Amino acid sequence: MIWIDTIIQGILLGGLYALFAAGLSLVFGIMRLVNLAHGDLIILGAYIILISVTVLGLNPFFAILIAAPLMFALGWALQKLVLNRTLGEDILPPLLVTFGLSVVIQNGLLEGFSADSQRISAGALETASISVGPISMGVLPLLTFGSAILVIVVLNHIFYRTAIGRAFRATSDDAVTASLMGIKPERVFATATGLAMVVAAIAALYLGVRANFDPSIGPARLIYAFEAVIIGGLGSLWGTLLGGVIIGVAQTVGAAINPEWQILAGHVAFLVVLLIRPRGLFPRGN
Amino acid sequence: MITRRKLLQSTAASGVALAAGGLAAPAIAQGAKIRIGYVTPQSGPLAAFAEADQFILDGFAGTEAGANFEVIVKDSQSNPNRAAEVAQELIVDDEIDLMLVASTPETTNPVTTTCENEEIPCISTVAPWQPWFIGQQGNPGDPASWQPFNYAYHFFWGLEDVIAVFTNMWAQLDTNKSVGGLFPNDGDGNAWGDPNVGFPPVLDAQGYTLTDPGRYQNLTDDFSAQINAFKSASVEIVTGVVIPPDFTTFWTQAKQQGFTPKAASIGKAILFPQAVEALGDTGHNLSSEVWWSPTHPFSSSLNGMSAGDLAAGFTTATGRSWTQPIGFVHALFEVAADAMGRVSDSSDPDEVSEAIAATNLNTIVGPLAWNGAGLPPFAAKNVAKTPLVGGQWRLKDGGGYDLVIVDNQTAPDVPTGGVMEPIT
Repeated sequence: MIWIDTIIQGILLGGLYALFAAGLSLVFGIMRLVNLAHGDLIILGAYIILISVTVLGLNPFFAILIAAPLMFALGWALQKLVLNRTLGEDILPPLLVTFGLSVVIQNGLLEGFSADSQRISAGALETASISVGPISMGVLPLLTFGSAILVIVVLNHIFYRTAIGRAFRATSDDAVTASLMGIKPERVFATATGLAMVVAAIAALYLGVRANFDPSIGPARLIYAFEAVIIGGLGSLWGTLLGGVIIGVAQTVGAAINPEWQILAGHVAFLVVLLIRPRGLFPRGN
Repeated sequence: MITRRKLLQSTAASGVALAAGGLAAPAIAQGAKIRIGYVTPQSGPLAAFAEADQFILDGFAGTEAGANFEVIVKDSQSNPNRAAEVAQELIVDDEIDLMLVASTPETTNPVTTTCENEEIPCISTVAPWQPWFIGQQGNPGDPASWQPFNYAYHFFWGLEDVIAVFTNMWAQLDTNKSVGGLFPNDGDGNAWGDPNVGFPPVLDAQGYTLTDPGRYQNLTDDFSAQINAFKSASVEIVTGVVIPPDFTTFWTQAKQQGFTPKAASIGKAILFPQAVEALGDTGHNLSSEVWWSPTHPFSSSLNGMSAGDLAAGFTTATGRSWTQPIGFVHALFEVAADAMGRVSDSSDPDEVSEAIAATNLNTIVGPLAWNGAGLPPFAAKNVAKTPLVGGQWRLKDGGGYDLVIVDNQTAPDVPTGGVMEPIT
């Protein structure tokens, strides 16, 4: 029974990692931009939700309706005004700029919100759980996992069934040809980053309700997000979910053997997948 | 301009200072300001420890003794390497006479080591003495090789005190004596879980059984392994030294999984009221060690403020509730002013060092003297212990939490505000 519980908890944890990773996967898939500030942007989103909850007294699940458009606008402006200028043949400038951005966001948040541990309060929901036989599953982790699936279904729909999705794919395949067809790559990129920030806001909600956050905590989970993206195969959103689940299960199983192995097991799973499938489980196109 | 008479009135709080002042003209009276370096984690994950810095520094500058000092503050950015770097800068560029440093071994140790190498006197606090003393030794694993420091002085409590406080609190409750340990793989976690100097031998001797699933990494997102292990051992007491986000993850998950121990005595995670408030209503009756509180019956040697006055002053100045490091940061400046009041040449590291060692001062965190009381011989020269008691966080009617002292067997001077209650 303990083993089944361990695996279920791991799968649910994977949902959280997949949410962290989905935005990253989207941005990387479309413009080959590695956003090192993604973790800090999630924390920024968490503070926006926190303000909406404490100042306006909203339920955190409604507060996302305020945070998501704000984050979209922020992502759009960030891409349009800053990151587009760094894209080019050289992959170093976007790395350096997003790294700098990460430092700026962390210290900006520290200045504005102090170093206090914060948490988004969801009342009784935080500790609620559903029992199936001897296994209890927290309602919140279940919601996290459900949201991760929903986010990926919606992103896939946008990607493969809409005009903007076609523009995304076309720009990602060949930006020059796409622009000959009347697509403006800068605007496509800006929209993609905006969308990634909406996903970041959703990730922020679940991170903020699950545990404490403070301005400096963003980069810590970024590594799992990167690993989930790479395990899944670059550009594959379902792969990202699976990547998150693999890391989550590896961590809980590792911890059940010995807590010392918890984090290590996740990294080892990542390396094993890379050894067997160097391009990830579901690589897309070239 | 400070006259000798004025100085004697203001700083000679102890008889020792009076006597020393009578023999030699104290350094403070010689005109030029004494330069003190202060390294503190003002930004980064440890920044909560330093939130009272500005308040304390302003208060210090406003006292008569404080007017003789120029305090140069450097931010360690919560990074040990950075802490060593700024300590070096303070010593070489700013030519300080005395170093002060506070808040966790990540800050105190690199700074103390730098000072010891550069032969600059250093006073440190807010780190249990074992990680501070043993952590700086060349070979922490071999007690025979441990050397005392020539210029480094530390005041705080130690692991033995926190173990005594926790077991005293648990003894107030009716439990099955089954304890679950949450010890992370960091300096504190390894010390607390150490089979020789940590919790295991003491718990064993007192008839407790300890379930220790093993060292986990900080910022772990899932504690189902620990929760399952605790459940199958029918654990009724949880203890550990956990960082705040991890404790929230653990406690929330434990509740989801239907695991509620009768007592949870946790170091580090629930030090600050904000971290307890982050737990919502589920933080009620969590317990932790208390090193300082507004009800501690001590007062400042600098301005006579009581512990309650200092905490209230901080709340008035910043609109924030008091935290435990406030008293210790204040005491750091008390010790500095007192020691410098007893030297004739503040730039002579040996004389300053001797003056610190001779300290016998009633501070806002209690009486301080580097006399080796309650310490093993190897640490007697460099460490002074401060009293430690146990407290529980109690939910207030209008929301928020109060820290109530529930066990004072380790320091009977400190009044209790209630008795230990089980978590329900």
